[in-house]
Amino acid sequence: MKDLIALIVFGIVVAALPLFVSSGFVLNIVIMTLYAALLGQAWNILGGFGGQFSFGHAVFFGTGAYAAAVLQVKFGWNAWAALPAAVALGAAVGAFIGALSFRYGLRGSYFALVTLAFAEVFRILSNTFDFTGAGVGLMIPLTESAGNFQFTSRTGFLYVILGFTLAACLVAWWLKHSRYGAWLQAVRDNEESAAALGVNVFRVKLGATMISGALMSAGGVFYVQYFHYIDPHIAYGPGVSIEALLAPIVGGIGTLFGPLLGAAALHLFGELTRSFMGDAPGISLMVYGLLLVLMVTFLPRGIMGLLSGSPPVRKGGSRA
Amino acid sequence: MLEIRGLRGGYGQVEVLRGISMSIGAGEIVAVLGSNGAGKSTLNNTLCGIVPAFSGQVRFDGHDVTRSRYTDIVAAGLIQVPEGRRIFPNLTVLENLALGSYLRGRAKREQNIERVFAIFPRLGERVAQRAGTLSGGEQQMLAIGRGLMGEPRLLILDEPSLGLSPLLVEEVFDLIRRLNDEGLTILLVEQNVGQSLAIAGRAFVMENGAIVFTGTPGELLANSDLKRAYLGI
Ligand SMILES: Nc1ncnc2c1ncn2[C@@H]1O[C@H](COP(=O)(O)OP(=O)(O)O)[C@@H](O)[C@H]1O
Ligand SMILES: [Mg+2]
Repeated sequence: MKDLIALIVFGIVVAALPLFVSSGFVLNIVIMTLYAALLGQAWNILGGFGGQFSFGHAVFFGTGAYAAAVLQVKFGWNAWAALPAAVALGAAVGAFIGALSFRYGLRGSYFALVTLAFAEVFRILSNTFDFTGAGVGLMIPLTESAGNFQFTSRTGFLYVILGFTLAACLVAWWLKHSRYGAWLQAVRDNEESAAALGVNVFRVKLGATMISGALMSAGGVFYVQYFHYIDPHIAYGPGVSIEALLAPIVGGIGTLFGPLLGAAALHLFGELTRSFMGDAPGISLMVYGLLLVLMVTFLPRGIMGLLSGSPPVRKGGSRA
Repeated sequence: MLEIRGLRGGYGQVEVLRGISMSIGAGEIVAVLGSNGAGKSTLNNTLCGIVPAFSGQVRFDGHDVTRSRYTDIVAAGLIQVPEGRRIFPNLTVLENLALGSYLRGRAKREQNIERVFAIFPRLGERVAQRAGTLSGGEQQMLAIGRGLMGEPRLLILDEPSLGLSPLLVEEVFDLIRRLNDEGLTILLVEQNVGQSLAIAGRAFVMENGAIVFTGTPGELLANSDLKRAYLGI
C-alpha cells in the first residue's frame, strides 16, 4: 500500500510542476525522463518481473510508432483513435514473438537474440515497404490541438506521458500484489518449480510479453506525436532497445520504482556529461556503456538495491 | 490411488522410462530407490505431466491423466516437491508458500500457512525474509511446506534428504512419517536407502529406466545380491 501512495504522490508532484516551472527546456527534460521511465517500465515488466531479457524491445516501440503514423497519414485516423489500435498491435506482436519463442523453449540469451532479430527484421521491412514511407520515414501532418494529440504547449504532452508512465507503474504495482504477478515472478525464479505447482508457464510468459509490448508501443505512439516523425532507424534501431533496458538496470530490475529512478539518474547524468564533454558523437554511448558495466558489476540490483541494502540473489540460485 | 501401467517416456527422441508399472494405494508410503540417473526424477515429472509420456497409462483416482496438462494434474491433487530445493529465491517465505495454494487449497490458505508454521517453526520466524537467504535445510522445509499448501492427495517427494546434515535428514524423515500418519499418501524418491526403507510400506528399485525390484522393505533388505548390485550396500 505504501508504494501505491508513493506513486500517487509522485504523480501529483509531477502534475503540479507546470504551475511552478514554465521553462520549456526543463519541461522537456521531465517529459523525456518520464518517456524513458515508460520504456523502462515496459521492459521491466517482462525482463524484471518475468526474467525474460529482451535486446529488441524496439520491435514493440516501432510497431506502435508506425501504427500511429500510418493510420494517421495513410488512413486519415485521428491520433487518439490510433492510440488503442497501436497498443493492441504492440500486444499482438508480443503474442506472436512470445508464442514462437516460448513454444520452442527459448530462454535466456536465446530469447534475447530472437527479440533482437525480430527488431532487425521489422527495421528492414519498414525500410522496404511504401506504406511505411520506406527509408524516408513518415511525417505526420502538423495540426496542433489537444483533440489531435498534438499540444500547443509542453504541458499537454507532460500530462499524457505522465498518464502513460503512471499506468505502466500501476501495472508493475499490480504484478507485485496479484496472483498473476506472483506466478510471473515464480516463473522468473524457477520455471520447473513453478510448473510443479501447476503454474501454466507458457501462458504466464506470453501474457507478460503482451503487456510489455502494449506499453512499449504506447511509448512509440507518444514519440510520433511529440516529434511528428518516424523512420526505420528510430523505430526499430538498437537505440530504443538499449534505452528501454538501461533505466531498469540502473534503477533496479524487477522493482516498482527502479525504472523511474533509473530514468531520472540517466537523464541527470546525460545532461551533466553533455555540459562537461559537449555533444561529440559517440561520447555519450561510451559513457553509457561504461556506466552499464559498472552498474552490473558493483550494483546488480541498481539504485533500489542500494536503498534496500539487501544482497542480490542470482537467478535460480540458492545460497545453501 | 495411483496406477502406472507400462509407462514409457523421455526427452525428445531419447527414451528414459522403459515400461514402468507400479501402484500406490491410499495412505501408503511407497519408496522409489535407485542410483543417480536411474530415471527417478523423469518418472516424477512424467507422472506430473511436465515430461510427456510416449506410451502406457497413468491413472490417478481412477481417472486417466496420462495426457493431462500439468496444471490439471496439480489441480487434481497430485503434487510434487521437486529435487534440489527449488524455492523462488527472490520471493519471501510467505510468497513462496502462497504460490503453493493458487490452484488448490485457496479457501483454507490461512489455516494451511499456520499449519506449515506449526510443522516448521523456523519458517514462521522468517515470513518476510527472501527465500534465497535461507539455509539449505530451511529451503528444503520451505519447498515441502509449499507442496503442502496445495493440500495434496498424493505427495511426491524427490530426494528430500539430499545435501542435508544428518540431524536434518532425521527431521525430514520424521516429518514424512507424521504426514503419513495424518493420512497423506506419499511417493518417496530417495537415494538414502536405510532411512527410506525404515518408513516405507513398500519399495521399488529402479535402474536404467526400469523397475528391477518390487516388494516390502524386509524382502529388499533380505536380498543381498540386489542390494549390492543396485543400491551399493
Ligand atoms: N531435461 C533432460 N533432457 C534430456 N535428458 C535428461 C533430462 N533430464 C534427465 N535426463 C536424462 O534422463 C536420465 C535419467 O535422469 P533422472 O530422471 O534425473 O534420474 P534420477 O532422478 O534417477 O537421478 C539420465 O540419463 C539423464 O541424463
Ligand atoms: Mg533425480
